[in-house]
Amino acid sequence: MPEYAPVHAKPHCFYERYERKAELQHQTHYCPGCGHGIVHKLLAQAIDGLGIQDRTILVSPVGCSVFAYYYFDVGNIQVAHGRAPAVATAVKRSRPESIVISYQGDGDLAAIGSAEILHAANRGELITVIFVNNAIYGMTGGQMAPTTLLGMKTTTSPQGRTAAGEGFPIHVCELLASLEAPAFIERVALGNNQQIMRAARVLRRALENQVKGAGFSFVEVLAQCPTVWGMQPVEAQKFVREKMTGTFALGNFRDRRG
Amino acid sequence: MADRGSVELNSEECKGCGLCVEACPPKVLKLSARFNQYGYHPAEYTGAGCTGCGICFFACPEPGGITVLRLAA
Amino acid sequence: MAKQLAKGNEAAVKAAVAAGCRAFYGYPITPASEIADAAAVYFPAAGGVFLQAESEVAAINMVYGAAATGVRVMSASSGPGISLMQEGFSYLAGAELPCVVVDVMRGGPGLGNILPEQGDYHQVVKGGGHGNYRTLVLAPDSVQEMADFTALAFDLADEYRNPVVVLADGSIGQMMEPVQFPAPRPVRAAPPWAVTGERATRHNLITSIHLEAEDLEGHLRSLEAKYRRAEQREVRAESWRIEDAEIILVGYGIVGRILKAVVGQGRHHGLALGLLRPITLYPFPKARLRALAARAQAFVVVELSNGQMVEDVRLAVEGRRPVEFLGRMGGSLPSAEEVLAFVEEEVFSHA
Repeated sequence: MPEYAPVHAKPHCFYERYERKAELQHQTHYCPGCGHGIVHKLLAQAIDGLGIQDRTILVSPVGCSVFAYYYFDVGNIQVAHGRAPAVATAVKRSRPESIVISYQGDGDLAAIGSAEILHAANRGELITVIFVNNAIYGMTGGQMAPTTLLGMKTTTSPQGRTAAGEGFPIHVCELLASLEAPAFIERVALGNNQQIMRAARVLRRALENQVKGAGFSFVEVLAQCPTVWGMQPVEAQKFVREKMTGTFALGNFRDRRG
Repeated sequence: MADRGSVELNSEECKGCGLCVEACPPKVLKLSARFNQYGYHPAEYTGAGCTGCGICFFACPEPGGITVLRLAA
Repeated sequence: MAKQLAKGNEAAVKAAVAAGCRAFYGYPITPASEIADAAAVYFPAAGGVFLQAESEVAAINMVYGAAATGVRVMSASSGPGISLMQEGFSYLAGAELPCVVVDVMRGGPGLGNILPEQGDYHQVVKGGGHGNYRTLVLAPDSVQEMADFTALAFDLADEYRNPVVVLADGSIGQMMEPVQFPAPRPVRAAPPWAVTGERATRHNLITSIHLEAEDLEGHLRSLEAKYRRAEQREVRAESWRIEDAEIILVGYGIVGRILKAVVGQGRHHGLALGLLRPITLYPFPKARLRALAARAQAFVVVELSNGQMVEDVRLAVEGRRPVEFLGRMGGSLPSAEEVLAFVEEEVFSHA
């Protein structure tokens, strides 16, 4: 019999079992095909790869990823809606040796927390921000997000988002790229294999930047929300690839090495 | 000749989303006809042809859903 | 160390540094701005962190972050900013994080003005944020107490793992008086529950979420037990010529000082007045007031508000005695003569 050895297995910095509902402690709380699960895995791989598990503090937001602390075996701080960058600011300034990750969704970061992200970026806080953009409020049941595409129907834009009524989708990377302080800004996506592997490299880079003290690093991940979009996961992935990237151009907006 | 790779799928962690099936370049993964205990059709390896590329691991949203192995040198 | 002449707002900062606090996150607002100004000098000088936040919302969440890592941390503001911080107080209390916030009260509602008032009593003492929690509240009547209570607030915050507010007003914040500052204390080690970014604390979690009904109720019952413990152990109030008093004047902060003059003048006119000055507004000196109600004839509550603390006095007295209220608002302070005239008119003329 040929001998096979594992090359890709569950990252070490995930807990073995998750402290949640008793019968579901071996599964995430995410819906099938959810982009958060993929981002979690890529992030966990990066933490493992850089050997920073003991030093990492994850600031988890409000939204579907509110329970990120179920999974990551790192220091965990769960915070109020939109405030993760403010909390992360003080965490890093209090514990400069720690690696601080601020993880947020689109409603959290680009609506209620728009001030906090802008100013954390403008101060050039030595933190890594992961921004999962799925163009919808998932946890509350599918309301319009600041990044909802024009024409996209949500429970609070039932006729489809219009520029005249609800404004255009907010391009956060481009906004932050107008600031001088950020060291790294990139938008990636989960729309196909190449995009996922690019996202893996970029997430690692954004963390490595912090290890090296390069400065504020920001990664926007265009991700699918199959359940609330009302699509099969594969169809939702296609929507990321074909529709979301049309509104939100992929690419690097800032790459200043420390 | 033995396949270069192999893949282990955790059928009780799997939610049957099918992203790994879509991602697999040699198309050696499929959704099972059977149900797991949560009522999902879990992904399964057809049993031959895995190259060990690892893409399915990255495409899978579940932390321990997929383990990719390669033929020991 | 000799006494130093200091402004109330500056005294809070120096006392905080002496108490081992090395982190300040705030946003400027009159009449509390000198706290941020002084913190911008004294915190970095002590090797600490000072950061001017983009808003009070951000400031209190920065306080949350620093507290989560186990350092002593403070902020300061005034009414409009405290309103914005209420979200943070709720999360801090829910996650059981210690911190100190100084509220130098000004006139409200809305922008009101920048003159001294005591209109934040309800939002601070009753907890203006959502959910079942309390903040411990200390009310200084002098620059000395501004220093002493700020230092004490850090110890109470640690003891109860809860936000503590030093509730001052514009007059205390702005006045200058000689102060004996507390001796500097070393920076304390991080508590065992903190998330410090080290291997030993990797499994720690700071959160205010308890999804299951029984979990949240259990958490809230433990918070309640903590608050009951504070009610038993931390009540502080100053009694002034109260032993033989027939009329008990009740006022906190700067009002307490005016009422001392009223007691003196009243006694000069043959009126048996005394003063009870609550120092902890939560926990409130209910038992003291209740005991006084057994023998005093009446209570007169004076506030720089529309009558907020008076509700707690009435709850404590439980209808046993009349409780009269004199409130001034908008930045006007009552004179001793005005209060004395009120006492003679409202209480003695009806007796």
